[in-house]
Amino acid sequence: MEKFISHTGTAVPLRRSNVDTDQIIPAVYLKRVTKSGFEDGLFAAWRNDPEFVLNQPEYKSATILVAGADFGTGSSREHAVWALQNYGFKAVISSRFADIFRGNSLKGGLLTVILPQETVEKIWGAIETDPTTQVTVNLEAKNVRVGSEVYPFDLDDYTRWRLMEGLDDIGLTLKNIDSVSSYEESRYSFKPKTLPVRS
Amino acid sequence: MSKTLAEKIWADHIVRSADGEPDLIYIDLHLIHEVTSAQAFDGLRLAGRTVRRPDLTIATEDHNTPTLNIDKPIADPVSKLQVDTLRQNAAEFGVRIHSLGDAEQGIVHVVGPQLGLTQPGMTIVCGDSHTSTHGAFGALAFGIGTSEVEHVLATQTLPLVRPKTMAINVDGVLPDGVTAKDVILAIIAKIGTGGGQGYVIEYRGSAIRALSMEGRMTICNMSIEAGARAGLIAPDETTFDYVKNKPHAPQGADWDAAVAYWKTLKTDDDAKFDVEISLKAEELAPFVTWGTNPGQGLPLNSSVPNPADIADAEERGAAERALTYMGLEAGVPLKSIKVDTIFLGSCTNGRIEDLRAAADILKGKKKADSVRMLVVPGSARVRLQAEQEGLDKVFIDFGAEWRNAGCSMCLGMNPDQLAVGERSASTSNRNFEGRQGKGGRTHLVSPLVAAATAIRGTLSSPADL
Repeated sequence: MEKFISHTGTAVPLRRSNVDTDQIIPAVYLKRVTKSGFEDGLFAAWRNDPEFVLNQPEYKSATILVAGADFGTGSSREHAVWALQNYGFKAVISSRFADIFRGNSLKGGLLTVILPQETVEKIWGAIETDPTTQVTVNLEAKNVRVGSEVYPFDLDDYTRWRLMEGLDDIGLTLKNIDSVSSYEESRYSFKPKTLPVRS
Repeated sequence: MSKTLAEKIWADHIVRSADGEPDLIYIDLHLIHEVTSAQAFDGLRLAGRTVRRPDLTIATEDHNTPTLNIDKPIADPVSKLQVDTLRQNAAEFGVRIHSLGDAEQGIVHVVGPQLGLTQPGMTIVCGDSHTSTHGAFGALAFGIGTSEVEHVLATQTLPLVRPKTMAINVDGVLPDGVTAKDVILAIIAKIGTGGGQGYVIEYRGSAIRALSMEGRMTICNMSIEAGARAGLIAPDETTFDYVKNKPHAPQGADWDAAVAYWKTLKTDDDAKFDVEISLKAEELAPFVTWGTNPGQGLPLNSSVPNPADIADAEERGAAERALTYMGLEAGVPLKSIKVDTIFLGSCTNGRIEDLRAAADILKGKKKADSVRMLVVPGSARVRLQAEQEGLDKVFIDFGAEWRNAGCSMCLGMNPDQLAVGERSASTSNRNFEGRQGKGGRTHLVSPLVAAATAIRGTLSSPADL
């Protein structure tokens, strides 16, 4: 996984709440068996509308998405994270994320930043007034800089460290695999097994 | 120290706990399907890793499979590749799989319980958000993304931050015609699609205790629509009776040991939840959604809401957008809304009890000329059972289509989809824009409301017949 320390780019305002993962990428786009090529499905239904914000030339090269509350609700599809990343987004800012989407994004290196709704509104205002406004999401300092304004955000130290080091969870867990083996010895013997098949 | 049910199960599964790190939690059962697993198996292959516990893993095909002509190769080559990839991965990594055509194939969340693999006190995960269904057995069960699928395949564990706990109490007796589906739709309308974020919900109270296992599964299934990754119900005699004699249920002395343990799985009397919410069963009614998220629901007897009456600007905007998408006018009685398609099925309402309840209403009647109705059993096993009971004949005589098992029209991925502008009354779980097909309009309902609607052609409850 690529390390995430700080990212600077332009940002696109998505003034909608409850953006579910079926909107981020409809199910019909989930048939691929790779992690790439999902950018075509990103917000597929909305992108048919020429007025949709991602279709505006001034936001074409944005790398930070600033969305309404409850972003990423619904299906657990990690394809939603891949679609945002494949399209070029490095970070998403919202006042509230759905649990599974947030977990998926932080596993995959897409930084999801929680800021209060009034701050989200201020950022919307700034990037709508001037779409070339540079926005910096600084994970090391745990803040977002928009022009001359700086907004601090919170993220637990463990996840921050993992993202800054670009570490994947499996490698970290495998370092403690002995504790998994000893746990397995203490499991109740009546717990079910899928093999051998019983009918 | 006194604990809630969720906290007890959590404590029983901690492999490793360290300050400033998430707990490492052991996973008792990992369910797999074709859509969210391919990239995970690929990750294992690239890193030269194996599946640590194939004997705690099971795969089936459900999301991307047709419900017609299942004896023929899948027509869409991209879908076929995805299903073939699952079959190859299962063979390569030694994972048990139930493929299309197999008597145990079906929606993962119907298959686990019917095989007796879902039991109280377990941790259960699947790359599907409706894994919360298994919480009905007093298990801690939740949906995960593909990175986590790979993590579980490789280590049989997940690093997780302990969730907060929420109690939802439903006391009293449900009125006639009010089902588990109406209860959960009413809960979501009350707490909102984000109300459960960060929590595990425990459903409690006499109305919950009185539900069958199928009804409890319907409730826990839609915990995710309230924002909660998991929802659960303490196991009791209803649970034990359901699990007993299922293929993978404990047997002999193991059964006794298991039941003794399961009986300890309840929230201590003096345990505290972070949040408690209460509903009175008597005040609930058949429920239906009018908008494009599952929190936008109302009793069937009411009218389409007027966005102008909503104080919160954000919510008002969302309601306006929803009405435009749904093609509805404010103030119109919900019962006057004409639908084109009735979908009876899904992991929410595709179990035998759901089919029986609908068949009971449809028996000897004919569908409205203006509608089509799809009846899709949740698993091949449910289909066989229904055919033994003659339910298939009831549905076919009524004018409905009797399909093979799968997720079908719950999500617009396989061939079963709504056309642009088509309106459904659906027993599934999500009414998002385009969820059942691009441009499709979904009203979420119970199996009883679905059946009554199929007879009248407009949103209806059995009381209207």
